[in-house]
Amino acid sequence: MPTVHDWINSPLGIVDGLFAQSISCPDWEKKVVEYFKEKLKLNDTHSWVPSLNDVPLHYLKPNSLVKFRCMVQDMFDPEFFMGVYEMNDPTSNSKQVKCGKYKDITEGGQVDFNSRNTVTSERQTFYCVPIPGESQWNSFAGTSQARVVPSTSYVPNRHKRSYEEDDEMDTQPQQMKDGSHGAQSSAESHGNIEPKRQETEAPSHDSSPSHCTSSLDLNFPLPGEKGPACLVKVYEDWDSFKLNDMLEVFGILSVDPALSVIADEREASSLLDPTEGMETVEEQKVHSPPASLVPRLHMLYAQPLVHNNPLLPSSVSENNGNYLSSVLGELASIRAELLTYLTHVLLGDSLAAEYLILHLISNVYSRQDVLPLGKFTLNLSGCPHSSPFTEHLYKVIQQLVPSSYRLCMSLHNMNNQRMVPRKDYTANRLLSGTLQLANNTSLFLDETQLEQGQLDATGVRNITALGNLISWQKVDYDFNYHQMEFSCNINVLITSEGRSLLPSDCQVHLRPTLNPPNLEEYLSAVQVAQVPSQLNKYRIYLSVARAVNYTISDEITKAVEEDFVEMRKDDPQSMSAEDLHRLLDVARLLSLSHGQNTLSRDGWMKAKQLEALRISRTPQQKCVNGNEP
Amino acid sequence: LLNVHEDPLSPPSQRSRAHDTSTELQPMPTSPAMDTAAQDVSLFSSPMAPHLFYPVLQSEVDASSPLMYGTPSSRVEGTPRSGIRGTPARQRADLGSVRKAPQVDMHSEPVSESCCHSEQGAGQRLVIWGTDVNVGTCKEKFQRFLQQFTAPNSREEENAGLDLNEPLYMQKLDEISVVGEPVLNVNCSHIQTFDADLYRQLICYPQEVIPTFDMAVNELFFDRLPDSVLEHQIQVRPYSALKTRNMRALNPEDIDQLITISGMVIRTSQLIPEMQEAFFRCQVCVFNTRVEVDRGRIAEPAVCRNCNTTHSMALVHNRSAFSDKQMIKLQESPEDMPAGQTPHTTVVYAHNDLVDKVQPGDRINITGIYRAAPMRLNPRQSQVKSVYKTHIDVIHFRKTDEKRLHGLDEDGEQKLFTKERVAMLKELAAKPDVYERLSSALAPSIYEHEDIKKGILLQLFGGTRKDFTQTGRGNFRAEINILLCGDPGTSKSQLLQYVYNLVPRGQYTSGKGSSAVGLTAYVMKDPETRQLVLQTGALVLSDNGICCIDEFDKMSDNTRSVLHEVMEQQTLSIAKAGIICQLNARTSVLAAANPVESQWNPKKTTIENIQLPHTLLSRFDLIFLMLDPQDEAYDRRLAHHLVALYYQSEEQIEEEHLDMAVLKDYIAFARTSVHPRLSEEASQALIEAYVDMRKIGSGRGMVSAYPRQLESLIRLAEAHAKVRFSSKVESIDVEEAKRLHREALKQSATDPRTGFVDISILTTGMSATARKRKEEVAQALKKLIQSKGKTPAMKYQQLFDDLRGQSEAAITKDMFDEALRALADEDYLTVTGKTVRLL
Repeated sequence: MPTVHDWINSPLGIVDGLFAQSISCPDWEKKVVEYFKEKLKLNDTHSWVPSLNDVPLHYLKPNSLVKFRCMVQDMFDPEFFMGVYEMNDPTSNSKQVKCGKYKDITEGGQVDFNSRNTVTSERQTFYCVPIPGESQWNSFAGTSQARVVPSTSYVPNRHKRSYEEDDEMDTQPQQMKDGSHGAQSSAESHGNIEPKRQETEAPSHDSSPSHCTSSLDLNFPLPGEKGPACLVKVYEDWDSFKLNDMLEVFGILSVDPALSVIADEREASSLLDPTEGMETVEEQKVHSPPASLVPRLHMLYAQPLVHNNPLLPSSVSENNGNYLSSVLGELASIRAELLTYLTHVLLGDSLAAEYLILHLISNVYSRQDVLPLGKFTLNLSGCPHSSPFTEHLYKVIQQLVPSSYRLCMSLHNMNNQRMVPRKDYTANRLLSGTLQLANNTSLFLDETQLEQGQLDATGVRNITALGNLISWQKVDYDFNYHQMEFSCNINVLITSEGRSLLPSDCQVHLRPTLNPPNLEEYLSAVQVAQVPSQLNKYRIYLSVARAVNYTISDEITKAVEEDFVEMRKDDPQSMSAEDLHRLLDVARLLSLSHGQNTLSRDGWMKAKQLEALRISRTPQQKCVNGNEP
Repeated sequence: LLNVHEDPLSPPSQRSRAHDTSTELQPMPTSPAMDTAAQDVSLFSSPMAPHLFYPVLQSEVDASSPLMYGTPSSRVEGTPRSGIRGTPARQRADLGSVRKAPQVDMHSEPVSESCCHSEQGAGQRLVIWGTDVNVGTCKEKFQRFLQQFTAPNSREEENAGLDLNEPLYMQKLDEISVVGEPVLNVNCSHIQTFDADLYRQLICYPQEVIPTFDMAVNELFFDRLPDSVLEHQIQVRPYSALKTRNMRALNPEDIDQLITISGMVIRTSQLIPEMQEAFFRCQVCVFNTRVEVDRGRIAEPAVCRNCNTTHSMALVHNRSAFSDKQMIKLQESPEDMPAGQTPHTTVVYAHNDLVDKVQPGDRINITGIYRAAPMRLNPRQSQVKSVYKTHIDVIHFRKTDEKRLHGLDEDGEQKLFTKERVAMLKELAAKPDVYERLSSALAPSIYEHEDIKKGILLQLFGGTRKDFTQTGRGNFRAEINILLCGDPGTSKSQLLQYVYNLVPRGQYTSGKGSSAVGLTAYVMKDPETRQLVLQTGALVLSDNGICCIDEFDKMSDNTRSVLHEVMEQQTLSIAKAGIICQLNARTSVLAAANPVESQWNPKKTTIENIQLPHTLLSRFDLIFLMLDPQDEAYDRRLAHHLVALYYQSEEQIEEEHLDMAVLKDYIAFARTSVHPRLSEEASQALIEAYVDMRKIGSGRGMVSAYPRQLESLIRLAEAHAKVRFSSKVESIDVEEAKRLHREALKQSATDPRTGFVDISILTTGMSATARKRKEEVAQALKKLIQSKGKTPAMKYQQLFDDLRGQSEAAITKDMFDEALRALADEDYLTVTGKTVRLL
């Protein structure tokens, strides 16, 4: 590769180069960021940068530029570091001013702590994990790793080119492979909870004995997840990042083995030096884990991700509008196909399929004081107990959305799982829980797994947390002495036999019209029948429909008002404010699902019909003693 | 060590400050204060004799120089004696090791010395190395501050009992001599008002200035009270350095400066003994020597000074001097945090008597020196991790929640508002429709229910707290309690959620899930210390806030019973596991209840609908029904409102309503700074209102008001005056209170049988008409029994049938039972099983 790629291979050289000119231009720090931003803007350059998600860590060159798609799981305390320091070179007996930015460790020589040139700067550390629950089809989740042939003479550049080519040409076969793989695995009836994915293994698994991982909990929100976790050092605007944000970080990889030494050395030396003993061993482990396991990434630039669907352009840049309009034309036909597919999956129930589509494209688009607008929690009741139906349904959803998680609400899970993240003060970190999910993750709650029995204190807390999540789209993280509220945007789908014990926005009772003799075979067949390219269309459709802007004209507003008054006149009981809320939600999602960005009279009528149909089949359940729906 | 200021060789971390100080420094006239000149024995503050400086310094430096202050060599063994020389100095570990060897430095820098003389001539400009602090001037200024500063308007608790017109700190010094606790807490804001330059020096160079202060105080103290005996010399502990309030705002510029931050203690370590002075003994000649610890290191003597044997000195642990040290982790308080971020933590070291002063969970303000130290990767490697370890050496702790258990903490609650903000709020308050504006800003997503919102608004402001304990009448509650009842799905929960999010100290619980313990407090054994710890529940936590209780009707009776005390007395008594105490729970309760049947039955009274004990209901000031009004115009507006929610952009919504932040500030400001009192006119109006209320019912033999209602009216009127930022309750406030109260009553206390408002529904659980009917039945039954003549016993069923046959109105079994019970209460008969026996 020509020297053009120096900025990828040795970005620190460029940083140092710009730093050397710092005397002439004081805002060199800005220049560094600008330089890399500029480089990454050029057409495809960002795909040349190797991704930490895809490439095993030991293949990546230390101190090279890498990218990482991740979710901010925890935020550590800000740290002060030597932004500029002076070095005594013992050989030449000269002093040298060096830049400490984007580095963990000082280079060579003796640092002169009393130098007047020292500049102390501040940076913030985020603990980042791969986006939880990413589906297997989602190439960001790192399926390409399978194609990397491990070899000692592995050159990142070489890989990049092949990677690039793959991306351009290989998409189809790859998806094919994915599709068939999905079908294959669905044929095996593993009753496993964790999402089936081919994950990037933590790099240490190949290179070092397993005892490392057993002693170190990488703190992934979902059980059974694997992948690289990363300590991202942020130099600018760290206040603009929030917990659970999805980011694509471009930064300089630092895996200096010297970083890992500290933990062992420290324990011995702590006896001598009392000031060093302020961190507990647990804290030490969490905040400075071995770099081979948790690499450090010095952020040059980060892009917040609106979605994590690889099939769509990642940024919400200017050309996004064009892209949307180009897709919008096809939406109607894709919708019809998706509806048929889902109808088959839902055993011939087209109404349930309609509602499922509405649910899948729902999104909290705004908050009115405490009220989240746009959420659409669906309760699919009437699901057969102890049958593979829910499992297959989840697999179908997993195939459609970029990230998802199936939570079996079995008594054991409810009583034992940590759902709400909790602050661990000994280790000084936020212990993740299953409800720490990125935006627009599909949470599949399987209530058919719940049996009668005793919920203990944890269970009750978990149920409350799920209830809060559904009603207010927020999770109260447990900080021991107080709770802290974090708003979220998670699509919750509940499958249950009767009405769910959790609140929901909308309950649809499943009414199968088909009764296949072998449910399992039938469902597998339905899934296999979908061509991967077809699945891709669905995936794009769902992400695009969600992103469409939506308005209601004054005229329609009037009509809706009239209609509401009219309906109330006939039977005030049948139409409460809450019903209107839901109706407006349904109308909005229905319009969006058809690719319309405004509500039409027709759309309103359709929404009403849909609701009427749904209510007619819902078993009349008198809410007893005000158990609000 | 002493240096001319013109050449500030500041250490790297102080670069920024050296920069700002050099610009503002002009030669200061170091005039000796007239009143202190006589007392000044130390030559530091004597500017007339620069030539005397050297010799005197060298002889004096051990005892009184701030530079050597507190070093062990000046320690005097034995019992404390009086006088500054006799009282042992105590090393201030919180200030860290003071820079070394002043004499040597001075001799090694003769050039700068002479340069000083030549440039400044008579004006003495000797300062501590790296700073602009002149020890003499600084000391003198501080002594002047102590002697002269008065704080006539001080409201701090510590100053209670002091004469505010006399010099404040002199009184405190007298106090020290009486109490014998040699610590002087100094409020930095006092220093700032007295001498801004001294304040700046204190903030920028605490490590140098505080020992100077110590020295000044001790001189002053022992001059005034030469016979005092103290354990050790007085230490000055400054607090409330206004530089930093928030942990998040700390940045590299604050290193080595005096800062004050607030936070919550999350962890405290065990006590760490830190060696201050090592004791070495020669193995050969038993010669003893002491070596001071310098920045965590001990210079082990290689050669015995006595016998010149090399490597013969051995450390003797139990004769070395140690000081106490404790690591404390401080976490940002949740109020300070931006949404969506996790709280930051900071390491704090407490030294000597500050150890074990705080417990995990305490909210504290700490004042201390911010430190940063480089981290070495490995002792054998020269490579350094380019990260500094930061911590704060604490000088002063101040608990912010301590007083919550005793009284209202004005100081801690006071949110600091900028002048512009206050002006903005006042401008808002001056608007005639401020009440309507605020109430419509409350939960804008919930439609209409104007009166309910107004009620809640008044609840947020609260009445004025009155304390009549001295006249033996006890406290009067200022908090307003509100109950919302109504059909499911009328956004009661949403309203509660909103309020919970609005108020700083709100708690949200659901009646379904909470137990009495979760609401009140429980005792827990700390697994580590085996100490019993009182864990407080929702009601105590929402002290001075609002406790939102959803699904109030689903609460168990047991749980509800604790509310009785809270809602009237505003306290909570606990007697558990040997801990008996009464906690304050001055909380307003905002509760929501659903009707027992799925729908509100308009034919029944409130009590019958929600099945809550009337004793509890009567403690609510306002009871609102949230019902579907079912009228066309309302429906239309509701629909419009909801549809608008769905397409309006956020900016539009914001334009229409006051935003939540303004509302929050408005309430906070009113709660802390407005304390309305009843005006003559208003009290007349209240009396009239009360009499009117009583009159309404009296005509029909009903009571329509009780003193409790009068109290409610007063509270509501006060709250309304607060909304207007008025210090006086006027008749318009009373009018609104009356109106709101009437509205609430109309909704909740209307007797469905007669259509009249009857307060006894809420106070006794039964309307007057119902009670009358009950009496009638009982009388009829009595007559029936009497008509039967002298039969000592009769069958229950037969009696019931007889009564039914006789009466023209339908008599249910319940009514019959009730009548029997009433007669049994009169000791007229007893019921045993199926027989009724006359007595």
